[in-house]
Amino acid sequence: MDRQSGILKVLQAVAGKTITPAPDESLFTSGLLDSFALTDFVTGIEAEFSVSIPDSDFSARKFDSITKVQQYLDARAK
Amino acid sequence: MSFLRAFGSCLPDRVVTNDELAPLLAIEPDWIFSQSGIRERRYASPTDSVATLGHKAALDCLHKASLEPEDLALVLVASGSPDRFCPGPASSIAALLGLPLTPSLDLPLASAGSIAALSLASRLAPSMGHILVIGSEIMSRRIDPLPENRNTAILFGDGAGAAIVSPDTGFARIADSCLHTDGNSADALSVQNDRIHMDGSVIIRHATRRMPQAMAELLERNHLTAESIGTFLLHQANVNLIIRIAQTLKAPIERFFANIQRYGNTSSASMLIAADEWRQAHPEPLAAPIMFSAFGVGLNWGAVLALPGAEHRPETLGQTFEATRERLRQLEEKAAAKLRPRTAAAG
Repeated sequence: MDRQSGILKVLQAVAGKTITPAPDESLFTSGLLDSFALTDFVTGIEAEFSVSIPDSDFSARKFDSITKVQQYLDARAK
Repeated sequence: MSFLRAFGSCLPDRVVTNDELAPLLAIEPDWIFSQSGIRERRYASPTDSVATLGHKAALDCLHKASLEPEDLALVLVASGSPDRFCPGPASSIAALLGLPLTPSLDLPLASAGSIAALSLASRLAPSMGHILVIGSEIMSRRIDPLPENRNTAILFGDGAGAAIVSPDTGFARIADSCLHTDGNSADALSVQNDRIHMDGSVIIRHATRRMPQAMAELLERNHLTAESIGTFLLHQANVNLIIRIAQTLKAPIERFFANIQRYGNTSSASMLIAADEWRQAHPEPLAAPIMFSAFGVGLNWGAVLALPGAEHRPETLGQTFEATRERLRQLEEKAAAKLRPRTAAAG
């Protein structure tokens, strides 16, 4: 499974329904995530990709779209 | 030892409903409730100050504790919305109480101030005497009710709460407490230029983890489980946060006292206002432990654990055992001396 599919899988689990946002669509502006759901989303990303995301990296700005999450994970993998 | 002796509170008269607030923020009243669990909050009148609200809560608390202001050894005041930058409201409240010499100190920790003060009071009371803890806030003067500020404007309200921690008597014995600070995310929640700034996502992330961690720390240290706690009295930040914390601790949500529906988030005052309402509704002797916890600027967070216990007023013990207070002190010293060698050997 590529990263984008993994991110979408976590997002759908948090939303509790099948959703297919565009890669660059803002997850906050579109209402798919709020402050509480973002916490669950990031926790899910940590589990899905076996990474530990430090508190200092936690912000809505970094996890606002599937593309941004992918870029963050790519940077972490380098 | 230290004991919780009484709580007190003061809420302004003016009720601001979601119906009144929502049009100013270009949102629906139901959206406020869904995001926060808040239906209404109180706003202070132009003649109120953080000091006057705190003073009224203090008088209410002293009355319930059957104490006079001059019985106090220390006053600790938590506020993130003081009437002026410096000095904070502590000295003004002491003056209003007629205390010209009693030390009165400020803890400018919005939302977290009362838990810090309660923890410090529990450690200082045995050596100092009765300590008055106050949380007093006028947060409505730290928000602009504009659409771009809706995430903070929907939350906050005004009020004051108080508690008295005593060295010798009370309805619950403070058994343990913990305080923690992580300044790495300090900018996520601050009051600057008279306005509150909050990165809600970061604060929720921290609060949903830090508060359960602090409570779990005390539970483990005192060989208790979350299930054994009779009442959780938390900072009333957001109903959704309280629900999340209950799930994390695997404790029944019914044990989490909440009055945020009626008062909103009153920052450092909220935990003590909640405690006062809870105690008024449950004046009977404590049957199970109570747990306090709060989270706020700094970032600071912590927890306080109080257990049921017989009152330990020296005069009462003296009557029971037909001994003078001095004789009780001698017996206490003798017992402590016997324990000392064992403690040294264990260390």
